Amino acid sequence: MYEHDVLVVGAGGAGLRAAIAAHEEGADVAMVTKLHPVRSHTGAAEGGINAALREGDSWESHAYDTMKGSDYLGDAPAIETLCKDAPEDVITLEHWGMPFSREEDGRVSQRPFGGLSFPRTTYAGAETGHHLLHTLYEQVVKRGVTVYDEWYVMNLAVTDEPDPRDRSCHGVVAYDVMTGEVAGFKARNGVILATGGPGQAYDHTTNAVSCTGDGQAMAYRAGVPLEDMEFVQFHPTTLPSTGVLISEGVRGEGGILYNAEGERFMFERGYANNAGELASRDVVSRAELTEVNEGRGIEDEYVHLDMRHLGEERIIDRLENILHLAEDFEGVDGLEEPMPVKPGQHYEMGGIETDENGETCISGLYAAGECACVSVHGANRLGGNALPELIVFGKRAGQHAAGTDLGEARLTTGKAGDVEEGEVDSPVALGEAGISDEAVADGGAATLTDPDEVVEAAVEAERRRVEYLMNKDDGIQHAEIRARVQKAMTKWVNVFRNEEGLKKALREIRAAREDYQHVYVADPSRTFNTDLQQTIETRNVIDIAETITLGALARNEFRGAHWRQEHQERDDENWLKHTMLSWNNGEPELWYKPVLLEGEEKTYEPKIRSY
Amino acid sequence: MSTQEQKPKNQTETDTESADEDIIAASSPQQRRLREKRGREIESPKETAEQEDTYHLKVFRYDPEVADKQEPRFDDFHVPYRQGMTVLDALIYARDRFDSSLTFRHSCRQAICGSDAFFINGRQRLGCRTQLSDLEEPVRVEPLPHQEVVKDLVVDMEHFYDQMEAVEPYFQTNELPEGELEEQRQSRENHEKIKMSTRCIWCAACYSSCNIAAGDNEYLGPAAINKAYRFAMDEREGEDLKQHRMRIIEQEHGVWRCQTQFSCTMVCPKDIPLTEHIQELKREAVKNNLKFW
Ligand SMILES: Cc1cc2nc3c(=O)[nH]c(=O)nc-3n(C[C@H](O)[C@H](O)[C@H](O)COP(=O)(O)OP(=O)(O)OC[C@H]3O[C@@H](n4cnc5c(N)ncnc54)[C@H](O)[C@@H]3O)c2cc1C
Ligand code: SF4
Ligand code: FES
Repeated sequence: MYEHDVLVVGAGGAGLRAAIAAHEEGADVAMVTKLHPVRSHTGAAEGGINAALREGDSWESHAYDTMKGSDYLGDAPAIETLCKDAPEDVITLEHWGMPFSREEDGRVSQRPFGGLSFPRTTYAGAETGHHLLHTLYEQVVKRGVTVYDEWYVMNLAVTDEPDPRDRSCHGVVAYDVMTGEVAGFKARNGVILATGGPGQAYDHTTNAVSCTGDGQAMAYRAGVPLEDMEFVQFHPTTLPSTGVLISEGVRGEGGILYNAEGERFMFERGYANNAGELASRDVVSRAELTEVNEGRGIEDEYVHLDMRHLGEERIIDRLENILHLAEDFEGVDGLEEPMPVKPGQHYEMGGIETDENGETCISGLYAAGECACVSVHGANRLGGNALPELIVFGKRAGQHAAGTDLGEARLTTGKAGDVEEGEVDSPVALGEAGISDEAVADGGAATLTDPDEVVEAAVEAERRRVEYLMNKDDGIQHAEIRARVQKAMTKWVNVFRNEEGLKKALREIRAAREDYQHVYVADPSRTFNTDLQQTIETRNVIDIAETITLGALARNEFRGAHWRQEHQERDDENWLKHTMLSWNNGEPELWYKPVLLEGEEKTYEPKIRSY
Repeated sequence: MSTQEQKPKNQTETDTESADEDIIAASSPQQRRLREKRGREIESPKETAEQEDTYHLKVFRYDPEVADKQEPRFDDFHVPYRQGMTVLDALIYARDRFDSSLTFRHSCRQAICGSDAFFINGRQRLGCRTQLSDLEEPVRVEPLPHQEVVKDLVVDMEHFYDQMEAVEPYFQTNELPEGELEEQRQSRENHEKIKMSTRCIWCAACYSSCNIAAGDNEYLGPAAINKAYRFAMDEREGEDLKQHRMRIIEQEHGVWRCQTQFSCTMVCPKDIPLTEHIQELKREAVKNNLKFW
């Protein structure tokens, strides 16, 4: 068994920042990650990172924009923490050498981004995430933090008390991809999940193949509620054939969207009379699909994003990477022609419920980054607000797990206090299909309390699972099951949603679960068995797809990224609340908790969101 | 070496469905655009592929643990072709439809994670950034040369990582400004100077292409030297550190090993002028009197 004070699962921006922070607080910290750190999907972020750095700007203004963008489903304490800490944490990146783009006077550049009232998106060309990821990894190397790379975390080692709020997390079980060894990792202080988003629940996505929602699914099955999962961001400018992202930076710099009739539809069709192309992402995505649905799309599929008028010099200076992406993945020369774009799955606003210190309701279990929901993004994330979330909350989680006192959190976690039971009319059974010994707390640690024993028991359970999957020699292969879920999600749980479609999706997900009962791994090898790894991931994809769809079916209103055909208005009276899903005896239990709109000094009043 | 033919398994309903989709996809506008564009550049291999509607891949297979894979071999895969398909797409297709034990690293699908550098038709390239239509058939996909093969297309990257980490690949400076919210100034020219060097995605294509690295296991190699360049040339680190960096770079297995063969520069998927950077460091070293030759 491996043992450290703090274990960080995942080595993207959030995980790396958490590890650095825990290390700076003197903890013995190790990272366990299925990809080598520099392969993490943070590297794909293009546009930039928001922080109120300049005169004329303020964290209050950033907080106001973020709250408005969230369609009033963000929690004020989380948003205020983000906006207050972001400037210092961004400057820290600069001090660690991050190659930000520069102004004439040598200071870091900032540019406008959708939904922001001040140009506060700090950037490094159109490859901000790449530089952020590498800069952070450099600091991890500098500090000599232990990294177990290409170790796949399969499960958490959590105790099994009836109420999740009484449980504790003592470590994780991981599988060494290179050798097939299944081993226990004990955490003396805490485990921080930083496993990124679940974009692979969809087939048209900007997310990497590795974004399978593992951390969310593992935390969920261990008893931590998943919050606001129905709020999935669809980015308005992805390349139609691959889902590769064309950064919002293009519109930030002045790029224009046209329909097939050559109309600048954001203005001419009245979708956003003030902000136009720079309206919030959900608004632009819906506008594009409406254009296509009403017959004004190009080839009935997409619209055009034109940046030619910016001129070659400016494009090469600030958006060069976009030229390569358009060329390599769509065959378009952005200097010569407009680029075809359509909405694609991009970001999961919801996730593992945490407080401002990154803690979940299970003691010793933290989450940060895209896998977490603290919640700063509410119903819709503003562009450039995910990267600051990684560093602000990654750092806080790392510090807290290392034992630093960050003051008491204002947000509460777990099902307690002011909650409301929810109901959803599902056409099929939900949750675990068939009998499973993992149906209760998914740590396999029934009634144990000694940390070593809890980890050992979890390791044994995972060894059995691997043996089972490896020994079974026929049945269904995971790729087929995963594809089925992805198709259903893209078809019915997309930008436009209605009851009928969502129910169809639930049926498909159920069918996938039943198929999964027969899943087997064909590759007999213990060496680098990606077949086994992906088979385990697919189970996570199914669980996550179900939470997204369930939350969407229950929420009878239109808020932020969640649009319902039958309910075209935001309904603050009934729906100003967070959707919570808990895994209860193998079944999702739906409940709601209030949104916290009271900031430190002021209360945010829900207003009509217009751009 | 033996050769095995892979045929699709029983076509299930989903298979047929997606086969239809493949046809639709083949005529979709972006496919057409790519086709037109590629058509301008390269004529021949594409034509035949279109007629047959499949692409022929020969993929290196090896697994130390599995009886019939202990002896390295090439497997043939015939992948239904759709315009715009990359080598990575084809490998994914082959794995998901024909043989789930086919093993290769990949993640981002957009040339940024650096996982999928392979030896494709005799050259180091990223699978996700290489269009099938730019290649002669059959397309040979092999693991990166000069690296130990773990399984199929997966090589052991440890040594490459060790070299990267040997150059103190992290920013260091004694010149941080006082104020907590005060950034270090950097001129645009200096930012421009290091820009290309900061683009490295650690794919190891360059390292694998380098004859010197193949012969001298301790040679830092192009990527690591480029990483050192990135910091040595960053004005924010200051003069003292630059001297320190130069000492690392001009060590026995450092820049002076490079024989300017340009193979690294040719294969780098991020177009980093590696050889130029190495040459510049050599000049810098001479200037600094750190090395006479
Ligand atoms: C194309 C694109 C562009 C974007 N552009 C921007 C932008 O301009 N500005 C902005 O603010 N945001 C942007 N975002 C959003 C932002 O980049 C992501 O939300 C963020 O990078 C996620 O970081 P993370 O650290 O949470 O996860 P990731 O970077 O995805 O890292 C996840 C880590 O977890 C590990 N992991 C996962 N599962 C396991 C497991 N089971 N066991 C072990 N390890 C595991 C992986 O190996 C990886 O290291 C963009 C997103 C995309 C996809
Ligand atoms: S320098 Fe280029 S080829 Fe070498 S590792 Fe970096 S990106 Fe790959
Ligand atoms: S898959 Fe990431 S670089 Fe090719």
